[in-house]
Amino acid sequence: MIEIDVRGLACPIPVIRTKKALDEMQEGEILTIVDNPASKENVMRLARAYGCQIKVEPAGEDFRLTITRRRT
Amino acid sequence: MSKKASCKLTDFAVSCGCAAKVGGKVLRQILAQVPQTADNHLLVALENFDDAAVYELNEEMALVETLDFFPPVVDDPYTFGQIAAANALSDIYAMGAEPLVAMAIVCFPTRTLSTDILVAILKGGADKVREAGAVMVGGHTVEDERPMYGVVVTGKAKPKEIVTNAGAKKGDLLILTKPLGTGIIITAMKAGLAGPQEKDEVIASMVALNKTASRIMLEVGVNAATDITGFGFLGHLLELATASRVAVEINSSKVPLFPAAIDHARIGLIPEGAYRNREFVGGRVRFAPQVDLAQEDLLFDPQTSGGLLISVPPAKAEILLEKLHQQGVEKAGLIGEVVSGEKGLITVKK
Repeated sequence: MIEIDVRGLACPIPVIRTKKALDEMQEGEILTIVDNPASKENVMRLARAYGCQIKVEPAGEDFRLTITRRRT
Repeated sequence: MSKKASCKLTDFAVSCGCAAKVGGKVLRQILAQVPQTADNHLLVALENFDDAAVYELNEEMALVETLDFFPPVVDDPYTFGQIAAANALSDIYAMGAEPLVAMAIVCFPTRTLSTDILVAILKGGADKVREAGAVMVGGHTVEDERPMYGVVVTGKAKPKEIVTNAGAKKGDLLILTKPLGTGIIITAMKAGLAGPQEKDEVIASMVALNKTASRIMLEVGVNAATDITGFGFLGHLLELATASRVAVEINSSKVPLFPAAIDHARIGLIPEGAYRNREFVGGRVRFAPQVDLAQEDLLFDPQTSGGLLISVPPAKAEILLEKLHQQGVEKAGLIGEVVSGEKGLITVKK
């Protein structure tokens, strides 16, 4: 699994880094960790636009977003 | 220490342009704790969260006062100056007033950035103020790590001709004069994902004054107006609906948008301010199920130097729109109407 820790980084960086990882993979899992609700919402929109499954787990102030990409 | 002669100005901005505004919810909590001074000369003050304050000098003349400033929205300093000034002047135009005098408010790191950058910002602002027919008379500059720029504007108007956000009436039609999506496209620019054409289009829109739209709305005669900035289309619409004690209905498919903004919104290139706006306003908005999420996001997107939202009696709507289109405000569109219903309630249809 690829881990992308973008805590402390403002929009649009969480989306850019997650998008780059998605563009480079055909299938697999990405864990993106963000520290604010706007980044969580933005990464969720990105994952849906890519047709991926996404699981969101709150972790204290942070959110852990597990994105699953399957080969189409 | 060596100074940077050029830089990516927007790298200094945590949030861009009007998206940098403190959220409406927090701002109201703060302002509720600060006593407001009542004054018989104040025709428009803070209570309705209007665009500018209006102070009556006599029956024939009132002063209209406003201030806006923010971190860089674009990397070119001259363009940033123009946008910041156009954005500040917009509050004057939204009241149907005429700008007279402007002063600059500046934060700038002169120790680390070339002052040529600041010269270009100030030139951009001064040129835009001149285009508005007003005069830049001075300002105040503070040494700070991050650049910010804005303008204080004093305008004048006849008290009877002031257009507030409180006069919308049931049956009025609603017209928006510029497309939405500046916040989302600026975010896409920061991400390096905006194409050259959309960049040009959004910059042209942000540097454009609301002067012509304001003049036409005065000629035609309208009931209410406001300009769309940091609280987004729905935030400013809610202020108008609440101040006017009316309900409104919006046809989301008619709202003018920058076309690329929908695609950027779908992949989450949305400024944090849009989520603050949704949190602040969302409870007063009923979306039809057919309105998709990206469209909703556009309606909450914080705008920098956005257009005027005008509430006009139905009999005058066609002529208003025709004049706007003929005189260069080509993107203006009829987007909804004032309806009967609970005051301050917004319904968004497909």
